[in-house]
Amino acid sequence: MTAISVKNLSIVFGEEDNETKVLDAVSFDVEKGEVFGLVGESGSGKSTVLRCIAGLYTHWTGEIRIDGQPVGAQLTKERCRKIQMVFQDPYGSLHPKHTVQTTLAAPLRIHGIGDIDRRITEVLRDVGLAPHLRFRYPHQLSGGQRQRVAIARALILRPSILLLDEPTSALDVSVQAEVLNVLSDIRDREGLTYLLVSHDLAVIGHMCRRLAVMQQGLIEEVVDYADLSGGRAQQAYSRMLFDASHHYDRSMANDITAARQAGGGTIHGA
Amino acid sequence: MSAQASQGPAKRKKVAFLDREATSVTEAFLQRLLVGIHTFLSNGLAVAGLTIILLLIAVAAFAPWMATHDPNLQNLSMALKPPSSANWFGTDEYGRDIFSRIVYGSRVTLYIVTLVTITVGPIGLIVGTVSGYFGGMVDMIVMRITDLFLAFPGLILTLTFVAILGPGLEQAVLAIALTGWPAIARLARAETMTIRSSDYIAAARLQGASSLRIIFGSIIPVCLSSVIVRLTLGMASVILTAAGLGFLGLGAQPPTPEWGAMTSAGREYMLDSWWLVTAPGVAIMVVSLAFNLFGDGLRDVLDPKSK
Repeated sequence: MTAISVKNLSIVFGEEDNETKVLDAVSFDVEKGEVFGLVGESGSGKSTVLRCIAGLYTHWTGEIRIDGQPVGAQLTKERCRKIQMVFQDPYGSLHPKHTVQTTLAAPLRIHGIGDIDRRITEVLRDVGLAPHLRFRYPHQLSGGQRQRVAIARALILRPSILLLDEPTSALDVSVQAEVLNVLSDIRDREGLTYLLVSHDLAVIGHMCRRLAVMQQGLIEEVVDYADLSGGRAQQAYSRMLFDASHHYDRSMANDITAARQAGGGTIHGA
Repeated sequence: MSAQASQGPAKRKKVAFLDREATSVTEAFLQRLLVGIHTFLSNGLAVAGLTIILLLIAVAAFAPWMATHDPNLQNLSMALKPPSSANWFGTDEYGRDIFSRIVYGSRVTLYIVTLVTITVGPIGLIVGTVSGYFGGMVDMIVMRITDLFLAFPGLILTLTFVAILGPGLEQAVLAIALTGWPAIARLARAETMTIRSSDYIAAARLQGASSLRIIFGSIIPVCLSSVIVRLTLGMASVILTAAGLGFLGLGAQPPTPEWGAMTSAGREYMLDSWWLVTAPGVAIMVVSLAFNLFGDGLRDVLDPKSK
């Protein structure tokens, strides 16, 4: 069964005579319980796809289905309970004047869910945060601890789909591994579906079996990670992206620039 | 454990309550508050400002006990007497004791400052955050209205309102409040617009929070500190404007012992009886300076990035 189905998703930003088409007919399917990767260089529209699915952008066109049900542009409480998102920057995604407790209790209050105390204790344990950190403000937490709080906030409504927008790119390498392990453990236990955006192919390789390669608002191809790493990707751009993650030199930089120019002049980055 | 809590310009000794791990939201808030108070108290000038303000409040509260005479009791045989042991600041042209009038005048000053602040603060904050959060047409209409107010010099606009409303203390308060809110609204709007697109607001929306909940729960707490600082710094100018209106005869009416009106009345006798203008003039200066110093100290605690 497909958890997320995206068909011909397009979005345009800007005024009439200065339009920027950030997504151009993006289509892909994510199976239930799968970790699906979305890779591409900066500005290829990866995060924009997540924000459309989450409901943060409302002026997209095309079709988004969640568990087979088409969703509208507007955010509904039901959709909030089904899809949650983890943001890239843990320093900007937590309210500076709210303690961990306040941050985690807010969604439960909004949805009228009782048993706040027990739920928060559970979710803190799930993400591996010590109970004594519960009444701290974000400025009293490290980057890794903040990202765990952000994950806990996304999990507390028990969604079935988690959108991960570069969840580890703002963290240093040792903390990255810890956060990825927390995410893997939770998925194994709860059977969640992840849509993981990253520009780090090592992270994608660690988490995903299938991924979509994006370039300038288009999906280049959907490919198995094994094929991509084995050099069996269909598109030259995908192979180049994979090669670039291993070694990078002047001629490759020129190739990428050339590929971008060939890719189409009207589409620019997000 | 919470070593980070002690971060800040002021070094402080270990305090058991502040250095232990908070066990409730209230306790975490209290710790944060106390660290802020400690930072504030390590700023000498700010403490001086606060002391004067507290003194002013005490004087206003205990005016009947502090005043040596009835502030409105006329005694023409005692008119224009210089400062002496019986009349500490001398007497005015009707023989009223100036010290007692200054003491009672503190009530008028506090009345104006408090009333203006509690009207201007919430109105400016709500108008500014709502306008900044929704943007679009709402924002455009509200901001054009604030432009209209901000296009005139504050005192001129206040004078216009007083001219329309008629002279009097309540009218002066209303006029000052009417001209004061747009600046606060602008400040709150600017701050709202910088945090509106932040990830923690996006996260709140994804949790299903209504606009009302986001504005009151997430945006106002962030804007509040700079608005409080601005209001405190603005209190000095409120005092000066009120005194100015009093001086022009448009504020408090005789025989209310208002400092600006007292300065105005004393002007005619300035050359022979200097104490008539000096006493209320010094009072106005000291109190508005105190509010300025207090506001500066508050800004260092609440809004450290704007320092």
